[in-house]
Formats: sequence, structure tokens, C-alpha cells
Amino acid sequence: MSNELKQLRGSVAISGVATFGCGETPGFTDMEFLARAAHAAVEDAGLQMSDIDGLCTASVTAGMWSLPVIEYLGLNPRYIDGTMVGGSSFIAHLLPAMQALHCGQCDAVLVCYGSAQRSATFGRKEFASVRRLLDPQPYENPYEPTMPVAAYALAASRHMHEFGTTREQLADVAVAARAWARLNPEAFMRDPLTREDVLGSRMVCDPLSVRDCCLVTDGAGACVLVRADRAKDLKRKPVYLLGNATAAWHRQISAMPDFTVTSAAQSGREAYAMAGLAAKDIDVVQLYDAFTINTILFLEDLGFCAKGEGGRFVQDGAIAPGGELPVNTNGGGLSCVHPGMYGIFALIEAVRQLRGDAGERQVKNARTALAHGNGGTLSSQSTALLGTAETL
Amino acid sequence: MNEQGVLAFHQQALAAGRFLIQRCTSCSRYVYYPREICPHCGSAALEWHTPAGTGTVYAVTTVRRKPADGGDLNVSVIDLDEGVRLMSRVSNLAPAQVRIGQRVKARVEVKEGSGIVLFEVQGAAT
Repeated sequence: MSNELKQLRGSVAISGVATFGCGETPGFTDMEFLARAAHAAVEDAGLQMSDIDGLCTASVTAGMWSLPVIEYLGLNPRYIDGTMVGGSSFIAHLLPAMQALHCGQCDAVLVCYGSAQRSATFGRKEFASVRRLLDPQPYENPYEPTMPVAAYALAASRHMHEFGTTREQLADVAVAARAWARLNPEAFMRDPLTREDVLGSRMVCDPLSVRDCCLVTDGAGACVLVRADRAKDLKRKPVYLLGNATAAWHRQISAMPDFTVTSAAQSGREAYAMAGLAAKDIDVVQLYDAFTINTILFLEDLGFCAKGEGGRFVQDGAIAPGGELPVNTNGGGLSCVHPGMYGIFALIEAVRQLRGDAGERQVKNARTALAHGNGGTLSSQSTALLGTAETL
Repeated sequence: MNEQGVLAFHQQALAAGRFLIQRCTSCSRYVYYPREICPHCGSAALEWHTPAGTGTVYAVTTVRRKPADGGDLNVSVIDLDEGVRLMSRVSNLAPAQVRIGQRVKARVEVKEGSGIVLFEVQGAAT
């Protein structure tokens, strides 16, 4: 860890956040979703669209997505990051944006995403067949794995084999997420959910049932980043970026070196080092829960419990409201929102918790938060550490 | 090693019923899937190698499908004894019978001019 990177700790703050259309919101395009969230986040920061001179965005479908966003929003950015590493992208965008802000390349960065995945006029089947052509995986596709769920099911099978993790423990991840979602008016699924409901739901790829899988929703999210000195004068309580790091070791699940260890072990280690924090210092945790096994893997890889202990860690409500560690307090991708890519929503929930804006689900006296993004098939991992002014 | 990309060469070998992996002549490690350069040491000196074909099931799932869509399907990840890993299918057991740790042997199934690597559990009743 270079001293220059450590000096970026706390140099940038998130001054505005917004979501739009989370759940089922027919009648909008991806771009319209994005524009609504972007506008609301800029307004939340007390800035004008004309103040935005940096852009970070990504799309599941469009390769040059930053360009139509620039055009649609009428931006003239001096800093553009269209890095697309899957659902972790919007967390992976943070460190380069901090560097660009720190060195004066730009003054206000908009990180934004929108997707009509649930209500879109073309289906997931069509998209899957197009992806086979445009993003070929010739050593996996012939075996017809349903992606991405089959990859996570394979990882779960290995975790169960090596550590004795059970389907009940996986189910408890979904149950905890739902219990948090029941406290969040924005969450898409708020009906009660029991361990038995999860175990009895339709199997998709063993050992993962449909309730072990994230939602397919519409939704958009956006954040505004400015230098810390400016953030102090804006209208919302600043949430400071204390550390961020990204790591990737593979694309295809069959190329993952050890199915029970993700590169979150690396991104977490580096983000903690930059922030000068450890897992024990974190008050509220947002983990990209595309599938229930993710939460278990990331709790281990990010140091909240030992490798192999994740299943036992999550059982019986330890990460649910009232448990020892508040995890995915918005309800996560499992019960709140998952429009194709979830990373920005983990980040936004971390900000809302640190601002004290989380209503019924507010974690008391939350000063530090971890927001972790996952992309592809456990392929890319990005960890961000955030804190209130007291943590500077 | 040959005057075309390694993907095409590998697929042609499969179509002829031969399963090949690579071995790096610089660092001596085996490589799969086929690459133009060694992902371990960066060398371009890769040579083709016929593996023993024996391996162990590393991870397993059953893709649940309706009978009309072909029924349940095994997808396994296999560790070859050479130390490389690949996705495949165990083809001589019902999907629910495939277990991590089972010893398997590769075979190439050729259909309509293209080949696919499948595995069979050794000693299973067929």
C-alpha cells in the first residue's frame, strides 16, 4: 500500500444519493431510470446538473454506455469511467474517481446506473442467447449451465462439501435479508419468509432454490462524489470514502482457483489497509447477495468470521435485525432490489445508514460501513469502506 | 505450435475424438483451457499434451429443467490429475448421483462434426 493511496483516505465524500423505480416500474427505459436517479442524487447533494464534470457508469447490454449517458444528461465530463466488471462496477469506480477528484481533473463525479430488467420488452432468454454470441465462453457454454446461478450453485456445493455448510444456513441468509426488507418501504419483497419457505421453494440449481436467488427488478441508483473540503459546505451530511480496492482472479467459474475463496479476500485486505480499519471496526455491512452463498463467502473473505465458519455465523438470525452484525439492512439483492447489477444499491444503503436516514431499519450510532460489490460469477470483487466525520 | 488459434486447433482435435490440454515448456505447468500464452508464467512456449483423462469431481450442481426442456442436467467441475480444472458433465450417472470426490475418466463424444469432453464415473453400473 503506497502512502499516496493512504493519503486519499477521507479526501472524497459522497454528498448525494438517490434511487428511483426500485421494484416493478413499467413504462421506463434504462436511460430514463438512470436520469431520474441521477437528477435526484445531484439535487440531494445541493448541486446542479451543470456542476457534474465526472461520470462513472456501466451497462449490462451497451458497450459504449457512458456515451449515450453523456449525451442524454447533457454532460461535458473531464473524467469518464465506463469500467464494466459486472455488478461490482459502481464500487470499483470509486478509487479512480477519488484519484481524479484529488488531483483536480474534475470537481463533482456522478456514479449512476439504471435498468428496466424486470419490465423490459425483451426477455432474459433472448438476452442470454445474444450474450453467448457477444461474450462467448466456449469452454462452459457447451455444458448448458444456467448462468449465473449454476456458477454460484457450484461454489455452494464446494463450500458445503469442505465445511459442512447446510441448506438451512443458506436459507437463513435469505430469511435475514427478508426480515430487514420488512423494515424498508422501498424493498420489493416484504412478505414474511421462513427457513421452511426457502427450503420448500422451487429448486433452480442444486443446492440453490429460487429463494436463494436474488430478485429480478427494475431500478436505478446514483451517487455524487466531491472533495471533502467542498462536501462540508453542501447541504447533506457527508459520508467519507475511507478505502476502496478491487480484485479479479477469473471470469468463468471453472477458472476460479478455489471455489471457497473469492478475490474479496484481496480487495478487502487492501481496502482495510487504505482505511486503517479491520472487520471488528465496522458498524454496518452491505454485501452483494446475488445468491445466499455470496453473503457467507464475503463474511469469511472480509474477515467477519474465519474461512468455513460463514454458515454457522449466519444461522439463527445473527445477521438479521437484532442480531450481532447488521448485514444488508435494505433487504439486499435477495429481497430489496436487483436490476441486473446491484453494487450501487449496496453503496447507497451504506450512505443512508451513515447519514442516519434509514428509518425503521436504522442501525444505531453507525459510524463505519462496508459496501462490497461482486461481479460476474464470483469474478470481480470491490470493497469500499465509508465513515462519518468522526472517523476522519 | 500451429498456424491457427489454439481454440480452433483444440476444437478440430475434439472433432477427431482427441482431448488435448497444454503444457508450458518454460514453467512445466499444465494449462487448460488452451491459451496463446501461459497464464502462470507468461511464456508463449506452450505445447499440446494428451492428458491421462483421469480426474476427480471438484464441484457439482443439477440444473433443474422441465422434461420438455430436456430434463435435469448435471454440470460438474472436474480436476484432472494433471492439475487443471474444467467444466463438464458426468454422463453415466443420474444427475442426483454425481458427488464431489468421485473419480472420473474423460471421453470425447463426437456429434455432427464437433466434439465435447464428458466424464464417466469409474466402476459405476451402466
